[in-house]
Amino acid sequence: MNVSQIKKDLPQPDSVPGGNSVEKMAGVPPPAARLSSDDGARPGRSANAMGELLVHKVLPALLGLLLFVLLWALLAEQSVNLPGPAKTWQSALELFDDPFYDNGPNDKGIGWNIVHSLQRVGLGFGMAALVGIPLGFMVGRFSFLNYMTAPIISLLRPVSPLAWLPIGLLVFKEAQPAAIWVIFISSIWPMIINTAVGVSRVPQDYLNVARVLNLSEWRIFTRILFPAVLPYMMTGIRLSIGVAWLVIVAAEMLTGGVGLGFWVWDEWNNLNVEHIIIAIFVVGIIGLLLEQLLLLVAKRFEY
Amino acid sequence: MNKYVLLEDVGQVFATRKGAFVALRDINLAVGQGEFVSIIGHSGCGKSTLLNLIAGLNKATSGVMLCAGREIAGAGPDRAVVFQNHSLLPWLSCFGNVYLAVERVFGRNERRPQLRQRTTAALEMVGLGHALHKMPHEISGGMKQRVGIARALSMQPKVLLLDEPFGALDALTRAHLQDELLRIVAAAGSTTIMVTHDVDEAVLLSDRVVMMSNGPAATIGGILEVDLPRPRDRLTLAANPRYAMLRGELLKFLYERQHRAVA
Repeated sequence: MNVSQIKKDLPQPDSVPGGNSVEKMAGVPPPAARLSSDDGARPGRSANAMGELLVHKVLPALLGLLLFVLLWALLAEQSVNLPGPAKTWQSALELFDDPFYDNGPNDKGIGWNIVHSLQRVGLGFGMAALVGIPLGFMVGRFSFLNYMTAPIISLLRPVSPLAWLPIGLLVFKEAQPAAIWVIFISSIWPMIINTAVGVSRVPQDYLNVARVLNLSEWRIFTRILFPAVLPYMMTGIRLSIGVAWLVIVAAEMLTGGVGLGFWVWDEWNNLNVEHIIIAIFVVGIIGLLLEQLLLLVAKRFEY
Repeated sequence: MNKYVLLEDVGQVFATRKGAFVALRDINLAVGQGEFVSIIGHSGCGKSTLLNLIAGLNKATSGVMLCAGREIAGAGPDRAVVFQNHSLLPWLSCFGNVYLAVERVFGRNERRPQLRQRTTAALEMVGLGHALHKMPHEISGGMKQRVGIARALSMQPKVLLLDEPFGALDALTRAHLQDELLRIVAAAGSTTIMVTHDVDEAVLLSDRVVMMSNGPAATIGGILEVDLPRPRDRLTLAANPRYAMLRGELLKFLYERQHRAVA
């Protein structure tokens, strides 16, 4: 520690708490109090909080991203095939300039690819929710069902999603439903499990209330079980969407058709590496947005 | 005295991994209609277990239990419970929590405006007319317990069961709510059974105090008649020698006869 630092650490005469003795004696309120009297303190304080946020959260995040891009640029510099950030950015600008063009089945805009992938995820996930959530409620409420399904669930849950694809192709004889089937089967487990856990964790106190009031099974479900389980259910849904979005790219690589996964494979065949990198970013950003959206929805159900 | 709630030779045995655990044995108690009976004892003496038996939340292993001449077979709205930790449903407002009970008990015969009126009246009775649409997390612990009391009373139960209703509250709020309960129960004339570990609370509110011996195999160690005139007032009672004597009796039972080896 050098001298100047020590000096800085010493309390300065002006900044001693309770200083400004002249103002105090004259009965003038200190600056902060004066500000709050005309509602000026609030923006001041929130500006301070914004500053905190900026320094502690936003700055490191930006620094991390910058470092990442720098590393990427350095790597690209050394490599013959890997395009750098600048080149990829240029390509992305062109790509997103006209996202919805349509030149036949193998040449569609990025927008179409995104829409089709989201559609498959939506369908597969939606059906999984329709089956998984009620199943989760039943598994959680009736221990017989729980013991009955436990071995099946623990056996099938760890199976890699793409292992289900051949079964889907075999049954549906078509690529599109097979891809949706893969989404369905891989995203159903978190919803069943989380819903069931939620049901089994409904506080005994609430169930005692139900018993004292002698509520009907339907009322117990709508007034106690469902609201109590909702936060767990939302966690299940969030995990499921995450899995579904992870799986879609791989599934589409194998099944073809329009979609981000197939697009990645197609651009690999064209050796258009910029587009592959852009696809990775697009998949990441959409996954992030889905996650944030569901977190936002889940927040509404916290009591 | 009529026997509105009657317990005869009631016992409760829990099966545990180490074998049978006798929680209660040989409980004989008769509570008259409109009577206020407290059950007092050290923690772990099975007083809440006894209340749960009367509520029908647990089933007694032996003995006979009757309420208004009918056997207690399970929980029901005729024996409303005010739970220790209020047990309000956090996703329903104060109004919603009480309405759920009102709707269950009176929904078959009354229309919605009447049900709403009952709900509002119950909440107004406990002094929460201004907080009808507040959510449970927005109100204080004392207010939550008031909602719990309003919910129980709104059902017009035959018997009101209170499980250490003020245990989790600070002393001032507790005193305030005790006074309120005194007033409300007197006005409604409800038969009330309350579990407590607070000697002053027991003497102030009760007609009789049931003193439980320590568990395991706890039973009724004695019953204290509280023959103080009603309406009772906390401040005048403090100077009443009879009050001091009754309080002393209870303390003597709890700390001399049932002194715990491990404090």
